[in-house]
Amino acid sequence: MTSTFKAPLLSLILLTVLLGTWELFTPAVKSAENMTEYELLMGGASEEARVPPPSAIFVKAFEEISDPFYDNGPNDKGIGIQIAYSLYRVLTGYLMAALIALPVGFLIGMSSLAYKTLDPFIQVLKPISPLAWMPLALFIIQDSEASAIFVIFICSIWPMLINTAFGVANVRNDWVNVARTHELGNLRTALTVILPAAAPTIITGMRISIGIAWLVIVAAEMLVGGTGIGYYVWNEWNNLDLTSVIFSIMVIGVVGMLLDRFFASVQSAVEYQE
Amino acid sequence: MESSKDTLLEIQNLTRRYPSPDGDEPLTVFENASFEIKKGEFVCIIGHSGCGKSTILNVLAGLDTATSGAVIMDGQEVNGPSLDRGVVFQNYSLLPWMSALKNVMFGVKARFPKWTRKQVRDHSYKHLKMVGLGEGAELRKPSQLSGGMRQRVSIARAFAIQPKLLLLDEPFGALDALTRGTIQDELIRVWSGSDQTVFMITHDVDEAILLADRILLMSNGPYATVAESVEIDIPRPRKRADIIHHPAYYTIRNHLVEFLTTRSKLIAEQYDSTSDTRNTRPISVRPGLSTEDSKADTDDAPSFTNDLSVETDSPTLNIATGH
Ligand SMILES: Nc1ncnc2c1ncn2[C@@H]1O[C@H](COP(=O)(O)OP(=O)(O)OP(=O)(O)O)[C@@H](O)[C@H]1O
Ligand SMILES: [Mg+2]
Repeated sequence: MTSTFKAPLLSLILLTVLLGTWELFTPAVKSAENMTEYELLMGGASEEARVPPPSAIFVKAFEEISDPFYDNGPNDKGIGIQIAYSLYRVLTGYLMAALIALPVGFLIGMSSLAYKTLDPFIQVLKPISPLAWMPLALFIIQDSEASAIFVIFICSIWPMLINTAFGVANVRNDWVNVARTHELGNLRTALTVILPAAAPTIITGMRISIGIAWLVIVAAEMLVGGTGIGYYVWNEWNNLDLTSVIFSIMVIGVVGMLLDRFFASVQSAVEYQE
Repeated sequence: MESSKDTLLEIQNLTRRYPSPDGDEPLTVFENASFEIKKGEFVCIIGHSGCGKSTILNVLAGLDTATSGAVIMDGQEVNGPSLDRGVVFQNYSLLPWMSALKNVMFGVKARFPKWTRKQVRDHSYKHLKMVGLGEGAELRKPSQLSGGMRQRVSIARAFAIQPKLLLLDEPFGALDALTRGTIQDELIRVWSGSDQTVFMITHDVDEAILLADRILLMSNGPYATVAESVEIDIPRPRKRADIIHHPAYYTIRNHLVEFLTTRSKLIAEQYDSTSDTRNTRPISVRPGLSTEDSKADTDDAPSFTNDLSVETDSPTLNIATGH
């Protein structure tokens, strides 16, 4: 067997062992006939709140994924709809951040005056937890939807900005000289030499940003409520539906991974070797 | 000084100083360098590391600005980079995210913006072929090429944009001796088929003799000067294997080596920055003209250097016969 198959096989074995152990140590849910009177009075709530076995989660996942876009009112929407809301917020805030971070990053990277002027602001604003902006955003913008998008904007702007500036500033001077000796104008130099030269660093920044944005959206949606995968988790917790909670945690992980994979493939497309 | 029609480049009293970081006297890399390059001429410049060769080349390219003095090409003062002056750096001349062909096309597109894509491609490919690349090698990225192949691509690009002056900064410095030899042959072949003017920095005395019509010798820095201009009186076509048997070869070679080991330092030591009687033009020497006298310039170096300071108008010295 070649080593390309070894790691995936071991991963699969590990997963089976973990899920198997989990399944074995989860006590079976008693059926209603076996409940004591007291338990019946409590509506079986204490049983429901128990951590469910993997098999129950698989069943739940199958149900949800086979009908992802149903909509039975504000508190009961399909997982697909919730994910779509979250992605919409993440991508909107993220694209707005990119529209500002990339040009400003270029400017900072090319001009040390711009760098020195803006650096103190960046240094102070960057370490602020994005959620700390939430109250201020809610007060000023007066709209929970837009506030969530703003929080995504503010958290994804810094890695993109800093990496773009760093990438642009560190483009090898010889390559810029190649552009100069070929009489390329500023714009063509920026697009045909500096951009491709800095692209790997810029994309790394964008990849870090999308990761942070996806982390933050869950927390932001728990705060603002209404829709989205973060709200869904919180809502199912309030319903004490732990099967759904665990299922949605898995979905958050998988979507985050797909976003990251996407940027990884962009990254390998612009990567070059000196 | 004759500044005839066939002069392409005139360098007049070129001085480059770098401000010192702690506010002391500035560092003068070279001072009052004056020389010219004729159309179609192949000129090499040799000098010790740090004497300011790259600085001169960058000023000629327009990438750096001299503190004082002027560079005049075809009657126009150089002030900024131009496609008329192609540059090949020691490393990193190629853009690593583009294939070899794309790198050449990058230059050709900038040079001939009106050409169709096919014209650009064909012209670029032709020049890659001229330096022995093709059959798939042109599609590889620089990182997938050997050091020698990379420099070939750089040279192909420089020739493809047909600059009036080609500036080469130690193009073969990073290559092993064998590869260097084959690329030197390549360069000679491409150059002889053109009327390209070349100014090239090298550390390698044999390389300079093989390639150059004339070799400029720089004294040590700081306050370096272009002290001598050595004519290479060896007929072309020259072949690497045959040239060492030419009677003038070792006379010229000894002259160059003697300059680098002894006189480049002496000139630097004798230099008095306050005197204005200093010769700013290199004296022209032709050690290859009298090759019978093998004693050439062995034991009278100091007196020779003293002679330099009184010669003011580019005399032609014949070392072997003395004066
Ligand atoms: N940006 C700079 N600031 C200050 N000094 C500099 C700068 N660039 C070069 N120098 C100095 O100028 C001198 C000449 O440098 P240059 O690179 O031209 O030498 P070189 O003759 O090309 O040497 P080598 O053969 O090693 O390439 C050196 O002493 C160097 O320290
Ligand atoms: Mg140099």
